[in-house]
Amino acid sequence: MSEIICARGVTKKYADGKTVFSGIGLTVSATERVALIGSNGAGKSTLLKCLIGLLPLNGGEVSTLGESIGIRPSSRQLRRLRQRIGVVFQHHGLVSRQSVLTNVVHGKLGLAGAWHAWHQSISRQQWRDDAHEALSQVGLCHKAAARADELSGGQAQRVAIARALVRKPQLLIADEPAASLDPASGRDVMALFSQLSQDSGTTLIYTTHDMDHALEFSDRIIALKSGSVLFDQPTANLTRATLQEAFHG
Amino acid sequence: MAESTLPARLPRISPMTFTLLVAAGALLVVSLQQVAPSPAQLAHGGPRMAELVGRMLPPNLEGAFLQRVFWRMIETFQIALVGTVIGVVISLPIAWLSSKAISPAGAFRHVFKMLVSLFRTVPDLVWALIFVASVGLGAVAGTMTIMVDTIGFCGRFFAEAMEDADEKPQEALFAIGASRLSVLCGAVLPDAMPSLINTTLFALEKAVRSSVVLGLVGAGGIGQELKVAFDLFQYKNASTIILVIFIIVLVMEFVTDRLRTRVQ
Repeated sequence: MSEIICARGVTKKYADGKTVFSGIGLTVSATERVALIGSNGAGKSTLLKCLIGLLPLNGGEVSTLGESIGIRPSSRQLRRLRQRIGVVFQHHGLVSRQSVLTNVVHGKLGLAGAWHAWHQSISRQQWRDDAHEALSQVGLCHKAAARADELSGGQAQRVAIARALVRKPQLLIADEPAASLDPASGRDVMALFSQLSQDSGTTLIYTTHDMDHALEFSDRIIALKSGSVLFDQPTANLTRATLQEAFHG
Repeated sequence: MAESTLPARLPRISPMTFTLLVAAGALLVVSLQQVAPSPAQLAHGGPRMAELVGRMLPPNLEGAFLQRVFWRMIETFQIALVGTVIGVVISLPIAWLSSKAISPAGAFRHVFKMLVSLFRTVPDLVWALIFVASVGLGAVAGTMTIMVDTIGFCGRFFAEAMEDADEKPQEALFAIGASRLSVLCGAVLPDAMPSLINTTLFALEKAVRSSVVLGLVGAGGIGQELKVAFDLFQYKNASTIILVIFIIVLVMEFVTDRLRTRVQ
């Protein structure tokens, strides 16, 4: 399988000079579902952001989707990379005063002719159709005209997934997508994520605190602890007890 | 003792604060003596004011005069409307360029911020004098004055509204490679829209009030008619104009208040 992400000796420090992690190395293959776990402050969100150039590295090198990100990547390089990824954060990040359809069309921002994605009313017909398809994938077609601030937390997160999917990304990145949801909604969102990435053959990398989510919805689990990789193994080889090592003792 | 744990009735002030308070008080007392109306002046001016009001009544309600005032008022409103609309349109990019969080101009944002400060701090009558000297007497000078005044007002408040916009959607859109312009149009402006509309309505209300007085320095509108009325001691004409201005400003405030309520 081809490598989607290859990171070598990745080091990241806070502004005060304190090291978040150092010398991290990992590879992610196409269509893999990878869960990054670890306790608060382990650096999993930071690592995720470093992998797509949202945070600058202090050392090492990352190659994501063939774009090499060093300590100072060019903005053109980053733009090119981000055009091919879908990102979902813990907070859905929807524009509250806009319709659900407009929010999903926003997923096309960053592509050529991006101004068509500022609002659904000026969007290309193809993009509107893509947005409609993405909404149907997350089961929210009937909410297309509703304002984003009228949605429940779970629905908003599903719209955020639709926004990430609408650009048909090669790589889906999710930073604790279920953390702000109740257990049932959180599990639904993770199941949806997993299903959609498998259906479309998209590589999925997500961070989570939830051991059940990690065990159920991943092919591989990477655990971070004290600034380094504690273990990196296929999910099938791991038990709940092993995962607990990443959070305790 | 329980009483000793109670905080003092008044906060302790430092010697520096005390000195500044005394200096401010002294400045106020001296200013009152020099520029405030004395009881003698009030006693003398009161009857003269009453006499002036008497000469103003009843207002001139002749058809021909009312028609002239009507067209002057239309011109005043046109000055306010066109000046505000052009000013708002120019304010949007300037606000974007000068805003702290989302400006694409980097350190140059301070240049735009200073430009807005310049437009705001110089009074509109001074701008009117400058434009009358530049483009001549009449409504065009008035429109340019309102435009500059609107940029000064809206430029600042638009920038603040953009800075206060929810950062999470912006972060989400930047993460997928959206440009600064796309983030502005896709996330910042929709979020800041109620505030932008509010500010625009305030600017329009302010522009109507300002355009009324611009005529006093020759920049067109009803103010010019008012100045002529006072210069020629036609006080009945002046009272009609003041009454019309009062009604128009009142109607304007009512309409903008209703619109603001709807936007909320």
